[in-house]
Order: sequence, then structure tokens, then C-alpha cells
Amino acid sequence: MDSVIALVGKDFVLSAADTSNARSVIVMKDDVDKIMELDSHKTLAMGGEPGDFVQFTEYIQKNLHLYEFQTGLQLSTHAVANFIRGELARLIREAPVLANLLLGGFDEVSGPCLYYIDYLGTLEKLDYTAQGYASFFILGTLDRYYQKDITLEQGIELMKRCIQQLGKRFVINQRNFIMKVVDKDGVRQINFE
Amino acid sequence: MARRYDSRTTIFSPEGRLYQVEYAMEAISHAGAAVGVLSQEGVVLAAEKKIISKLLETAKSTEKMYAIDQHVACAVAGITADANILIGRARITAQRYFYTYQEPIPVEQLVQRLCDLKQGYTQFGGLRPFGVSFLFAGWDRHHGFQLYQSDPSGNYGGWKATAIGANSTAAQSILKTDYQDDISLKDALKLTVKVLGKTMDSAQLTSEKLEFATLSFVKPELIGFHQLSSEELNSLLQECGYVASSSEEA
Repeated sequence: MDSVIALVGKDFVLSAADTSNARSVIVMKDDVDKIMELDSHKTLAMGGEPGDFVQFTEYIQKNLHLYEFQTGLQLSTHAVANFIRGELARLIREAPVLANLLLGGFDEVSGPCLYYIDYLGTLEKLDYTAQGYASFFILGTLDRYYQKDITLEQGIELMKRCIQQLGKRFVINQRNFIMKVVDKDGVRQINFE
Repeated sequence: MARRYDSRTTIFSPEGRLYQVEYAMEAISHAGAAVGVLSQEGVVLAAEKKIISKLLETAKSTEKMYAIDQHVACAVAGITADANILIGRARITAQRYFYTYQEPIPVEQLVQRLCDLKQGYTQFGGLRPFGVSFLFAGWDRHHGFQLYQSDPSGNYGGWKATAIGANSTAAQSILKTDYQDDISLKDALKLTVKVLGKTMDSAQLTSEKLEFATLSFVKPELIGFHQLSSEELNSLLQECGYVASSSEEA
């Protein structure tokens, strides 16, 4: 039931996610941060089974930190995407983890890039995408209004439009969303409304 | 008495030395030399072949240069049989990394993995250390072109120019005086010829005693490991003032 959306702009990747943790008909919590800062220049927005995605993304994050300590280098977004994909592809045959992810990153070689990764081990590099029920409602909005090389302001406006669309058509009322951007200066949260 | 500390690799002598490791390094200092020179445009590796016989049917044209991955190659000094094991390991390590990250392994990481393996044989008992030193030439996006040297103890270091094997101290001192930071790939090749010319035992440099290779960009974004053919090598030797003799004498 998580709504996770992300898009690539001129020199940034913008991610948004709802902040609710609900089970059955009950909302448990309404301030969950589902956009993890993997390292200084990577965000990982997550949806799926709450226990699974928290556990799995922390496992990925700690592996990246280990790599940094061992080598003194930071992995590229491309390398991290493939590492995550590999782990999910392995786990689907061992102990399936229900985590659907959107990896955003900025590095010197490739600039801003966004990867769609799902629990089956699918990996796709995309300009804009969404995970979960949200994708039924807003991929059309993104198809219509997304343009290559948009500015951060345009990106935030488009993201707000998507969230409005969810509020209008999605049977589940997701009260709060957070947005995070990653660019050459790193990751930061965007205050909107 | 000395043998009490020789027979096991893992025991320190009273002076605090590991004899087997030192003997392994000594074995290498008698092996055919290998020289590496780093330039902004690429890396030169060169080695001296010790056994040359008309009767020897070589399985391949080289015996001391190996490509490990698209972006890494190495030259060997020491026991070739030991080297083969480590090169096999290096190739697997490089491919495994690529499988995980879909990106080539950073050069230093590959060198470090191999050195971890070598180090193990200086600490865990019963087996002798690997009797090989390597020169690794490589390129990655983090540090560009790189040259590393490793020895049986598991130590490694990055160099601008270095030599291993017979007369390596003499070779290193020539490199020290003649190396310049802005050296071109062509000049690096010539410097390598000069070093081998002055340090090899044989009176004359001939192409059949030498192996030369370069690691450089063959196209933008494409690294290539190129082993010099005997024609290329002969013309290089001629340029450096050594008479090419392979065809005339035979």
C-alpha cells in the first residue's frame, strides 16, 4: 500500500514516499521515513512488507558502508543497483524479501540516475517511475507532464501533482508524504505544501 | 640449528625473521627481470625470458605477461607454476566482482585480494609461500593508470616505475634517475629498453629474449592490453640503438 515515486531531472533525482505504516484497516504510524540515505549521494525509496524492506535496506546500507571502509571508494549508482538486484535475485530463491525499491543517485561518471528494482530482482534504469498502487494512478500523470531536463522547481511541482492525483483517486487516504532530492551536493529533504 | 626455524613458514626466528618468506624473495631475485613504467597515456610492462631454445615449442608467444581482465594485466617474476595459480585466482576475482556490480574491479582491490591470499601462506602453517612477485598494470575510473608491485610476503605498493627479479636494485636506480612524471608512453617504452639493456646479463638485447606489453586506451573508453610482436619489438630496439638481430642471425 506504500506509494513511492521518483523522477530524474536535469541534475538531480527527486523521490517521494508516503509516511504511513498501516496494517489491515489500522494506521499504526504516520511519520515513517521510507527514503533511506544509502550514502552521501544515494537515496533508496522503499515499499512492500514493512519488516522486510527495513531489514533489507539496512543490510544494503551497511554493506555499502563496509565497502567504503575497506576500499576508501564509493560505489557508483550503477554498481549499487546491480548489487541490490543480485541480492534480491538470490533471496527470491532462498528467503524471499518483499521490498520494492527506487534507487536514486548522483555520481561524477553518470550524473543523476534512477533505478527501478522490485522484489523479484527486476532492474530497470528509468527517468520516472513509481512502485505499488500509486503507479496505477500516477504513471499517466508522469507520462503526460514529465519532460527531460526539468528543473528542481518543476520536478517538485510535478511530484505535488502526482500526490494530489493519489489523494483524488486512491481509496486509501495517505495523509503525509516526504520528498528527498539527491544532487551533486548530496541528499536533502524538501519541504513542500 | 638454523633449520629449526626454516622448516615452518609460520615461525619467527629469534631475530624476528620469517626465513621461508625471505628465501622465496631470494628465489625471485634470481628469476628473469620484469620492469614496469607508468605514464599518463598508459603502462609499459617488460620482462626478460630466461629459457630460450630453438627446440622449445612454446604453447603461446608469451610466458610472463598475462591479461587478467580487460583493464588489468600483469608481469611475473618467479616460479611460473605458482604464478598460474594466483593468476587464475585473480581472473576469477575480477569476474566475480563484475558479476556482482556490473562494473570492472578497481585495480588496487584486485591486487589487495591476491596479496591477502599470499599473506595467508606466511601465517598459516604447513605450506610454502608463493614464490612469485607481480607487476600489475591497470586502469580504473578512480585513479586512472596504475602500477603495483607485490611480493611473496603479501606486501604490495603502487609505483611510478619499478622492477622485480634479477638485478632489480640496479634497474630501480636507473629508473629513479631517468623517470620523469610527464613521460610519454613511447618514452616509457624506450626507458624500459634502456633499463633492461643495462641490467640483463646477456651481452645483446634481442627480441626473442624479451617480452613487451602496453596497457593503454586503444579507443576512447576502451582499454587494451597489447603485447608487442617481434617486428614491433625489433623496431623498438633499433630505435633505441640496439641492432635487431633475430632474423639475420637465424
